[in-house]
Amino acid sequence: MGTNTQRFRTVEPFIWELSAQGRVGASVPEADVPEYPLPGEVPLRTDLPLPEVSELEVVRHFTRLSRLNYSVDTHMYPLGSCTMKYNPKVNDTAASLPGFSEAHPLLPEDLCQGSLELLYQLQTALERLSGFAAVSLQPAAGAHGELTGVLMIRAYHLDRGDTKRTRILIPDSAHGTNPASVSMAGFTAEQIPSDKRGNVDLTILRERCDETVAGLMITNPNTLGLFEENIEEVTAIVHQAGGLVYGDGANFNALLGYLKPADVGIDVMHFNLHKTFSTPHGGGGPGAGPVGVTARLEPYLPGPIVRAAGREAEQLEGWEAGLITQKRQGPQRNARDSRYTLFYPEKSIGRVKAFYGNFGVLVRAFAYILQMGSNGLRAVAEHAVLNANYLKHLIGKRYRIPYDRPCMHEFVVTGDVAPGIHTMDVAKRLLDYGFHPPTVYFPLIVKEALMIESTETESRQTLEAFAEALLQIAEEAASSPDLLHEAPHYTPVGRLDEVRAARDPILNRRQTEKLEGTR
Amino acid sequence: MTYDPDVKYQKSHEWARKDGTLFTIGISDYAQDSLGDVVFVELPEKGKVVQKGEAFGVVESVKAASDVYAPLSGTIVEVNSKLKEDPALVNREPFGAGWFVKIQASNPTEYEELLSATEYEAFVKGL
Repeated sequence: MGTNTQRFRTVEPFIWELSAQGRVGASVPEADVPEYPLPGEVPLRTDLPLPEVSELEVVRHFTRLSRLNYSVDTHMYPLGSCTMKYNPKVNDTAASLPGFSEAHPLLPEDLCQGSLELLYQLQTALERLSGFAAVSLQPAAGAHGELTGVLMIRAYHLDRGDTKRTRILIPDSAHGTNPASVSMAGFTAEQIPSDKRGNVDLTILRERCDETVAGLMITNPNTLGLFEENIEEVTAIVHQAGGLVYGDGANFNALLGYLKPADVGIDVMHFNLHKTFSTPHGGGGPGAGPVGVTARLEPYLPGPIVRAAGREAEQLEGWEAGLITQKRQGPQRNARDSRYTLFYPEKSIGRVKAFYGNFGVLVRAFAYILQMGSNGLRAVAEHAVLNANYLKHLIGKRYRIPYDRPCMHEFVVTGDVAPGIHTMDVAKRLLDYGFHPPTVYFPLIVKEALMIESTETESRQTLEAFAEALLQIAEEAASSPDLLHEAPHYTPVGRLDEVRAARDPILNRRQTEKLEGTR
Repeated sequence: MTYDPDVKYQKSHEWARKDGTLFTIGISDYAQDSLGDVVFVELPEKGKVVQKGEAFGVVESVKAASDVYAPLSGTIVEVNSKLKEDPALVNREPFGAGWFVKIQASNPTEYEELLSATEYEAFVKGL
């Protein structure tokens, strides 16, 4: 424990250690108004131990730290289920246009028609890709979209006076956030096992479906990276019992241009713009999780939603056929031809986010969609699936594949490549080879799971280099297991004690001192 | 891997130890080994009424968080408060000091439906 702290300090000291009494980063001007004491009941702390540093020291400290960052701009990031694809810089250029970046959220509709048009067109693009009747861009993340969708399912049943439906079924290959969203919405989550091929066990699903089932939440492709082969039967069983089907759209990257979820019986789905549509992700967020619905759920969508009156249909032609080129060839558009207004559906579950969702993220996603066009998006799915299958083929030489059939955009292998070697050892050793490890120990239905998602943006050479690293590690696992047990060796800190960090977290400066005392 | 012969098991890996109509509940050695180092255990309030098969607590390791299911219906009459301070007890003594709760059974015959150590061991080996 102490060793890692020491080791990291040789790379970069804590900011407290740079502190010198009286040093400041900014000079506050003399007060030119009279002083008033705060009312007595306001507690005022005067002993706040903040580091005292200059602006330059702060800049250097955090710039040095930032160089230790691992990011998709520096390396491959094969984190299964997360779709860590490249975020094109042109998205940022679009979002920085002053008309977007400086638009005040309280502008009257007349003065932000351009921003509203963008939101409207993004809604429409997502509707066309998914087959849904309507989309709300409000939710700020994937799980936020899930909660929104489940609340709409709840509102739908209650609105019909159907109050007995308290259960939501979730396959054991679904995303881990699904049960949490269901519980937060006041339902009971119930797990449905997978069959030997990694599909939903239809017999058990039939047994569990009755008049108390509010719906099913399904991730397709699922977290094994497999397409649910009986998807239409699954949705039909739930519908026959009077339930609705929620589709977790986090893996929509694999289906773009090939499958519209509404066509196979999905009633409501969220889109992860920060996965499928290349907006920043992880520390670079925020995310965006718009929700699409079929007509029967449309009245319950959270507002505001943008509506258009006028020539909107014509304007959208360009998107499907050839995009911007097409648009340029068309007749000059007159801004007054259409008018965009904000709309709040009549039985809406209410707002789920202030203003209009994460607007800057929505601009980036729309820039991506325009750039790719519908053919380009179809190619995204093709290349994502091709890359994953190629990588699976390369790695499958040494790593066990528990559900071995053609995968979609990701796949799961097991990391126990030699006796006494665990997935965590393989993951940590990958760091020494300069690769971010895949998702580990998920999905829970595979022991020692390594969940790998290559994305369409990696080249064949990078995929081969990654596979080579994994194969090399499998060799090492057999010949020199301690190399893996003690990995990583070439990182700023060695193997972190995650167990102690969870059981006995050190969260502030004072606790650090306590730790030093015991070392 | 040990399979305590004095307790009975259910397939979700909890065990029950009989003492009249009072049952001590914990998770199996196999369960603690699969989870890895336990870092947190969430237990119910004393007095909570549970149904057989209902989740009454959560056990969390660095790898995963799992629900813990009641092997019998009844009232929770005691919880192992030591797990709050030292969750690693679950790893060290899964059948002893790492117990979770004690249930006053409302239908003690449910105990008979649980798996014996031999049956449970065969089940685990088939996983």
